[in-house]
Amino acid sequence: MAILVDRDTKLCVSGITGREGTFHSLRNRDYGTQVVAGVTPGKGGQDVDGIPVFDTFKAAVAETGANTAMIFVPPRFAADSILEAEDAGIGLIIAITEGIPAHDELRVYNHLQRGDSRLIGPNCPGILSPGKANVGIIPAQFFKEGNVGLVSRSGTLTYQIGNELAQRGFGNSSIVGIGGDPVPGSSFIDVIELFEADPETELIVMCGEIGGSAEEEAADYIAEHVSKPVLAYIAGFTAPPGKTMGHAGAIVSGSKGTAAAKAEALEAKGVRVGRNPTQVAEIAVEILGARV
Amino acid sequence: MDLLEYQGKQLFRKHGVPTPEGRHATSVAEAVQAAEDLGYPVVVKAQVQIGGRGKAGGIKLAKDRSEADAHAEAILGMDIRGFTVHEVYVERASEIDEEYYAAIVFDRAAKKPMAMLSRMGGMDVEEVAEKDPDAMRMLHVDPLVGFQDFQGRRLAFEAGIAPDVIRPVGAMIGKLYELFVGEDATLVEVNPLLITKDREVVALDAKVTVDGSALYRHPDVAEMRDLSAEDEQERMAKERGLTYVKLDGNVGILGNGAGLVMSTLDVVAQAGGKPANFLDAGGGSKAEAITSAVEVILSDDKVTAVLFNIFGGITRCDEVARGLIEAFEQIEPDVPFVVRLDGTNDKEGRALLAEASLPNVHTETTMLGAAEKVVELAG
Repeated sequence: MAILVDRDTKLCVSGITGREGTFHSLRNRDYGTQVVAGVTPGKGGQDVDGIPVFDTFKAAVAETGANTAMIFVPPRFAADSILEAEDAGIGLIIAITEGIPAHDELRVYNHLQRGDSRLIGPNCPGILSPGKANVGIIPAQFFKEGNVGLVSRSGTLTYQIGNELAQRGFGNSSIVGIGGDPVPGSSFIDVIELFEADPETELIVMCGEIGGSAEEEAADYIAEHVSKPVLAYIAGFTAPPGKTMGHAGAIVSGSKGTAAAKAEALEAKGVRVGRNPTQVAEIAVEILGARV
Repeated sequence: MDLLEYQGKQLFRKHGVPTPEGRHATSVAEAVQAAEDLGYPVVVKAQVQIGGRGKAGGIKLAKDRSEADAHAEAILGMDIRGFTVHEVYVERASEIDEEYYAAIVFDRAAKKPMAMLSRMGGMDVEEVAEKDPDAMRMLHVDPLVGFQDFQGRRLAFEAGIAPDVIRPVGAMIGKLYELFVGEDATLVEVNPLLITKDREVVALDAKVTVDGSALYRHPDVAEMRDLSAEDEQERMAKERGLTYVKLDGNVGILGNGAGLVMSTLDVVAQAGGKPANFLDAGGGSKAEAITSAVEVILSDDKVTAVLFNIFGGITRCDEVARGLIEAFEQIEPDVPFVVRLDGTNDKEGRALLAEASLPNVHTETTMLGAAEKVVELAG
């Protein structure tokens, strides 16, 4: 088992004809993901290395049965593309694009709340279910199938922690990047809920960072609803207030959203927090036992 | 991006939020001319991005030309908690009857805008919130429906403001919401929202934060600059399109990916060091990008050692190593570097660095090892 993406994923990529879009779509296909379609308005009828391109999501879904969308278009077109995918009935939309205006994200989020489609991202590396499917830009070579579910607000930090876990013999059920923006389509809670229900996942690792209160909310949720062990890492203990640390959502506002407050909230609910990526992997060994 | 008061008030006027008449000035002569044009009394206000301007002596009332001259002279160039005043705003003085507080904020937890109103304005809101939590009334706005008149009325009634100004205050909150959406703001705050002796409702201060990702929709806002808030390195980094934040330590930091760089700062601090900056080089494999980033880091005189922390995913470590070697040929840095290459093609990358035997460059394989090494070298 895995969550969100697997062998049944039929992916349609918005922005497949762009340089990055083509590169990553083909990488995802090489991994074994069924990349069934692309959407680029005005380029319908063309193909990208055999993947048919459509003018609209509606046509792509009708022709190919796509059930998952990946959004790779520039920020000013991204909200529109997400809404188009939703309108075409796609159930899972994964938005890689960084730099979408926050108000666009607000409108998209509140609109999607009224329907059945799930958004992961934006400003995220995507989702990898090792051995099954890779949707996004996660470097799959570091990860193998296993029992650790990983959910994170950051890309490279996920690879760092995933690699530390891999060196200790752990594989992953799924790795989900929820993104570094102020209004993520899915929260830690949304993904942790899926890992809790996934029989393959034995340990959930969540990787948070400064800004907002998603980690604090997750702490309360875990205490109430999660039976599996959860292990956390928080980045940004040294971040000064009022400065955006790379990710649009990574900002300490006044005294709110600090790493210390998040770590404290999680620990207060019995979630162990590693102080650096290496320590996270060491605690995983304590919880699940040595694998190598 | 945080706007200065006078810039925020430009947006207020554009969206019909009443403010006192005022002029922006960057010299004493300009400030005095502005005061003469407006008519006395005027208030001379320092334009810096920090609270507590009044207490620091950055806001002064001038009753005539000589006072305007003296205040402008004193305030321009003044240091307010680390910010040098380069600009003042000269504004016609208002006769204060009551001071309220109003704001539209971006509530990340609820994922909705939130409108706020309090009859206790003119002071630190967080202080008020502690002393009298009921004084602050708030409600969420559905971004798909927009702000409704009843919401303005409800806030005004619930906040217990004077009956004669309930409608104009409610209307002002509606206009602040229009600005919030129309200008892609993430914060619009009026403190104090003033009721004058004539019972007029005006915004006496303006604090506006706009979304940097939406500036392409607002070319006029994109041109608004705050000379006092940017230091030399931050200005340099912005020109080069780098994500850089200045900190006050001596260990320069460069990495790929925002989360990994944040984590690197933490690990350096855990090892007993003090990070000098946050710098995300992104993909960062090209020599040009690395050179550009290293130049920004080294332009900070406090930096005594640099940590280069790369976890190669799609970016390959051998490409990064090549970029680094090329960059070093151009820059010839005079402080030690610790380079940690891990991930895709890390062995090849480290071999390239070893072969190049760059002076004063130490390679490491783990993040913790690299942090300890750089702290030792930074002294």
